[in-house]
Amino acid sequence: MEALLLEGTPKTPHVHFDPTTGRLELKGRSIPENSIDYYKPLITWVDRYAREPRPSTVLHIQLEYFNTSSSKCILDLFKKLEVVRTSGNEVVVNWHYEEDDEDMLEAGEDYQAIINIPFKMIQIEEVDGH
Amino acid sequence: MLDRIYDLYDELERRRVMLSFKGDLSEELVSALLGLVERKMSVLEPDARMRKRVFNVAMECLQNLYHHNTRLRLADVEGTATNIAHGVVMIMHHDKGYSVLTGNFVADKDVHLLKDHLDRINAMAPEELRGFYQETLANGRYTSSGGGGLGIIDIARKSGQKLEYGFVPFDTESAFFSLNVNVTN
Repeated sequence: MEALLLEGTPKTPHVHFDPTTGRLELKGRSIPENSIDYYKPLITWVDRYAREPRPSTVLHIQLEYFNTSSSKCILDLFKKLEVVRTSGNEVVVNWHYEEDDEDMLEAGEDYQAIINIPFKMIQIEEVDGH
Repeated sequence: MLDRIYDLYDELERRRVMLSFKGDLSEELVSALLGLVERKMSVLEPDARMRKRVFNVAMECLQNLYHHNTRLRLADVEGTATNIAHGVVMIMHHDKGYSVLTGNFVADKDVHLLKDHLDRINAMAPEELRGFYQETLANGRYTSSGGGGLGIIDIARKSGQKLEYGFVPFDTESAFFSLNVNVTN
């Protein structure tokens, strides 16, 4: 299967999902008006990846802003990866947040509370990719 | 009308309005307004957390305006109601922080639901609000706008204050909904 590569825009994140390494990246901003349409190809990709995943998958989330309509879609991505984990593979979410951005740290903890995947909270100086 | 232009300007200036818009909202306009908020905040506000909170609240409020138009906006020149998002937004800077004010038309039948939702949120302590957010996020449901009912909860969390709101009857089928979100230190 092919990698999914989408350039970031002022309203949508940089996406790089690599099936050969199991590294999935979402960086920048996710504030589109219509998140469901935007996330459809991402969710389809992860759905296909879940059929033949790498033994270890790491999802890197490094967002400066995301809107509430993106938050449901991001949860759907996590749910697809939860299935990968249940079938015996290693899955980790690396949740990045800018220093002083307690709200983004809390947002990561909110997902952590409802998703059965280990989260690693990583403090960074500034989000890149936008 | 001509002499009122200065009065309007003066009023906006005295109230430290950093942004105000009234009219039809397109996706492009929402982006442009958010860009403006971001630029203004980067000049005005040294605290990164405050900058982000105001941006977040403005973003969610604008999305609400964009998605929750009643299709009953003021009839246009031809007298036909359209389904274009229509409303008013204003961001004010004051000594304690910022206020994001929005106004839009909602259908009468939705007023109760919206009011109950706002009252429920206003009655919650921060930790309860966080639990409500997680519960709503986890329920897996999408609403027509895609937000799954998270928007106002998120606005309340970022604000940390009670949400001020009001409804003014407009015609037989709709009301004008006003929301004031204070973001303070």
